[in-house]
Amino acid sequence: MEGELAHIGAGIAGLGTGIAALGVGNVAGNFLAGALRNPSAAAGQTATLFIGIAFAEALGIFSFLVALLLMFAV
Amino acid sequence: MAETTQSAEGGLSFHPLDQFEVYRLFGEGPVHWYTITNVTLWMAIAVLCIVLLLVMGTRKRAVVPNRTQSIAETLYGFIYTMVEDVTGKDGVKYFPYIFTLFIFILMSNFLGLLPMAFTTTSHIAVTAVLALAVFIAVTVIGFVKNGVSFLGLFWVSSAPLALRPILAVIEGISYFVRPVSHSIRLAGNVMAGHAVLKVFAGFAQVGLLIAPFAIFGVIAIYALEVLVAAIQAYVFTILTCVYLKDALHPSH
Amino acid sequence: MADTAVETGAEASGAGMPQLDLSTFPNQIFWLVVTLVVIYLILSRVALPRIGAVLAERQGTITNDIAAAEELKARAKEAEAAYDKALVDARAEAGKIVDEAKAEMQAELDAQMQKAEAEIAAQTAESQAAIAEIEAGASEAIKAVAKDTAKEIVAALGGKADARSVTAAVNARMKG
Repeated sequence: MEGELAHIGAGIAGLGTGIAALGVGNVAGNFLAGALRNPSAAAGQTATLFIGIAFAEALGIFSFLVALLLMFAV
Repeated sequence: MAETTQSAEGGLSFHPLDQFEVYRLFGEGPVHWYTITNVTLWMAIAVLCIVLLLVMGTRKRAVVPNRTQSIAETLYGFIYTMVEDVTGKDGVKYFPYIFTLFIFILMSNFLGLLPMAFTTTSHIAVTAVLALAVFIAVTVIGFVKNGVSFLGLFWVSSAPLALRPILAVIEGISYFVRPVSHSIRLAGNVMAGHAVLKVFAGFAQVGLLIAPFAIFGVIAIYALEVLVAAIQAYVFTILTCVYLKDALHPSH
Repeated sequence: MADTAVETGAEASGAGMPQLDLSTFPNQIFWLVVTLVVIYLILSRVALPRIGAVLAERQGTITNDIAAAEELKARAKEAEAAYDKALVDARAEAGKIVDEAKAEMQAELDAQMQKAEAEIAAQTAESQAAIAEIEAGASEAIKAVAKDTAKEIVAALGGKADARSVTAAVNARMKG
């Protein structure tokens, strides 16, 4: 029973990766919108874009990690 | 899905995490700290590839470079510009350290994508050491360069006075979470990608109906992983630069 | 399916995720540190200075080439300017020489002309003087001849001519 609960929990935690995908899409989409409005400034901000994506994605990875822990380590 | 379950019982085996196992290369017994393991092997291969790329590739010192030398120069220029842009002129002297981190992570990520390979950067132990090294180095540099005024990083002087203690707590937490997120981001990304690859590969043995989709999935995920391998190395490096910038110029 | 995964995973790696198997941590950390130190030494001693030198050298070569090209261009311009100047000078010189020669020739010509004119004038005057002398001589001779002739004619006609009146008559006739 406990293992099954852990698997359910893992599934719920796995949703977090999808939500993190929303965040990444948000970052990239807003960057693109801004870049299309002012393309000359876009090149200098790609580093910021990647940092933003990395931060958003890190949280998704955390939830994936939680899912893995629930699956294999609990 | 029902069919999958049926097949699973008929011999389908998922071992998405087996690829991350550390084992002795020679003989039997426990893994001591000095034991030569697959970690040793793949790190040695990474060193070998780095030597081939950066030392052998540039041996001719040609003014008009060949392909290998061109790659080496591109990497050098890429990281050098990044360090200079993000941390400023005084960060350039840390360039060899940052380049060491970058080239190791990049090479390990790419080598890990070879079939049957062991990915050293997929292990928390490895990335945690990398991130902790950056964290400790940055903290020490910050205090050595700025003394006590390095703590101004946590005391946001532009905020209202009442909010500052709260902000200091938040800034402090975010500062100490840095090595955690820094290491887990890299290891998690690499591990997730490789595990998903294995899961898709596992689906491929289910049946003729599913296998093409599974193999297509493997190809797609593999392409994504190649991208992720480069991007994560880049992200790890640029975050190192950002942290270093905080240490060198702590005022917001 | 998940159960299978759990079982097989658990069987394979013992304590769940291999990443959390603490017994392998010292090994990984040790070899990681060794690797990083080796990479750092290789990079900082050999690779990075070399690549940096190559890049600097290329930059230097490019800069030098550009500078050399600039210098050659400047030199070419200089040469062109010198050539142009020489051309202009030569033209001016030539013009000057031509002018001088013209002036000289003109002067000579003028001098010669003057001399010639003077000579001509002198000769003309001389000739006129000679003609006048001859004319004078001739009229004297005519006068004498006419006097003699008139005396002879008067004598021949039987008259006796007074020398004085004959002369006066001849003179009157000559004038008339």
